[in-house]
Amino acid sequence: MHMADALLSPAVGAVMWSASAFMTAYSARRVQIQLDNRKIPLMGVLGAFVFAAQMINFTIPGTGSSGHLGGGLLLAILLGPHAAFLTMASVLTVQALFFADGGLLALGCNIFNLGFFPCFVAYPVIYKNIVKDKPDSKRLTIASVLAALFALQLGSLGVVLQTFVSDISMLPFTSFLMMMQPIHLAIGLVEGMATAGVVSFLWNTRPEILESAAAGKPLAPIPIRNILIVMLIASVFIGGFFSWFASEHPDGLEWSLQKVTGSTELDMPEQGVHEKLDRIQQKTALLPDYAFQEKEGSLPDEKNRSGSRTVTTLAGLSGGFLVLACGVLIGLILKKRNHTI
Amino acid sequence: MSRLETAFYDLGHLDLLAEKNTPIHRLDPRVKVVVTLLFILYVVSFDRYEVARLLPFFLFPAVLIGMADLPFGYLWRKLLLVSPFVLFIGIFNPFLDREILLQVGPLGISGGWISLLSILLRFILSVGAGLLLIATTGFPAICMSLEKLGAPKVFTVQLLMLYRYLFVLIEETIRMIRAYTLRSFAKKRIRYPVFRHLLGNLLLRTLDRAQRIHMAMLSRALTGEIRIARQFKFGPAELFSLAGCIVLLTFMRFADIAEFLGKLILETVT
Repeated sequence: MHMADALLSPAVGAVMWSASAFMTAYSARRVQIQLDNRKIPLMGVLGAFVFAAQMINFTIPGTGSSGHLGGGLLLAILLGPHAAFLTMASVLTVQALFFADGGLLALGCNIFNLGFFPCFVAYPVIYKNIVKDKPDSKRLTIASVLAALFALQLGSLGVVLQTFVSDISMLPFTSFLMMMQPIHLAIGLVEGMATAGVVSFLWNTRPEILESAAAGKPLAPIPIRNILIVMLIASVFIGGFFSWFASEHPDGLEWSLQKVTGSTELDMPEQGVHEKLDRIQQKTALLPDYAFQEKEGSLPDEKNRSGSRTVTTLAGLSGGFLVLACGVLIGLILKKRNHTI
Repeated sequence: MSRLETAFYDLGHLDLLAEKNTPIHRLDPRVKVVVTLLFILYVVSFDRYEVARLLPFFLFPAVLIGMADLPFGYLWRKLLLVSPFVLFIGIFNPFLDREILLQVGPLGISGGWISLLSILLRFILSVGAGLLLIATTGFPAICMSLEKLGAPKVFTVQLLMLYRYLFVLIEETIRMIRAYTLRSFAKKRIRYPVFRHLLGNLLLRTLDRAQRIHMAMLSRALTGEIRIARQFKFGPAELFSLAGCIVLLTFMRFADIAEFLGKLILETVT
């Protein structure tokens, strides 16, 4: 599932962007070093293949629904992790621009969830270790299914964490997790079956392709430490920046992190979801701009203030609509003028 | 089947929009990429309960649609098509946050509904901005401006190649599915064993195609370096629109225009 801009805070989006940008630059360098220039058209055409492949759906036996290929793992098997990561990043960029899957700010998250996890985690850790350097039909199938399951679980965990830390949606962490992980178990199984199907077909028809891919150079150590450093620096920098310019609401990473650590209290039975929501609401009630709910038994002075808040919000809304109407009008006038010319 | 083909022609349609010749289309793509990113960043940086201050941001897409002469209905339908995920996550807010935050006469509106509305507005603005970028700029120009802005060359070349062969492979896929449909006695769905073979064959054809492309590139003197020839100019029009957009967007982000105007109206009315 693609992460969306609307559920993302700028801090989280920017941190994931910098992590993905770093990985893209790193992979680009690796691909350029081992430049086997046959790979350039191969990457481009395989990227297009992933798109085309997503148009072929198969029925999932026993259910009414159908599934298709996701692509990350298959690309890693065919191209190796670095080139596959670049290809997946390009696929996601086109999806974000043309099909509006996710959005531009969420692109960093999506590249990380759907590109980094299958190419740099599931492929080397699971697929490579099962297949080793002597592929056969059974091993290829098991390895693809398990690796796809693992990659999709990590990816959906990524979506849950990014949504939670962004704090735009109010879904509690645990229930969102309980909702997403099982769904992605099913999606992962479909992805695994599709990947395994193609890989074993390829093994039966043109085994040399997989053999040469399997015999490819072993994976260079992934700069996990560097990624973490980049993410840390980015979060400190961006967190500081946003808390400076958006200090009117504690929406920054700092507060979210504090909430993440605070959420461990959720495990205690007497402090349930409601308590946590109450805490969140208390926090939001402290925000000067949004404290327009009435407090019982409050001072008259405060009551006055909350009354005036309602007026100002109404004022804000009506002003907003006015600007909106002006915008639509301007748009229409400009359009008409364009047509009359 | 028809769904496939519509999706395909749709892809081309967005790109055709980018062929128009309006002041917006003529701007340097770098300006449009930077302004779009800034716009999205500002839109999502608002507080969870913000609604009023998001509304002025609709000026930007409205002016763009007007000036660039884009079909509003088409873009709107594309937006609706991708809204389910956001709706699916956002719809829980009204159930989780029932505290009344806004009282309009007898009607109390809870924080959850306000934040759901805010999520939907963010969604329309941010995704809409992306669609407008592609409809006013075109994909190849965006790739090239990404490279000028510092993205690795291997990556931008990859984007361009992907885009070039996307149409070729989609046509190939449509042909394969049509052939299958004609031979399968109106069986609507594709079973897994057939799927394997269809996809596998498509992959084999793809690999062969990659090899042919590589040979063609070699015979046209490929050295490993990909060159992109395109003129970029950063003239007074670019400078003016870049600076203007940044100032305007920053002003809309930090100054509460909506509230100021609204107060003005309420004062004149009362």
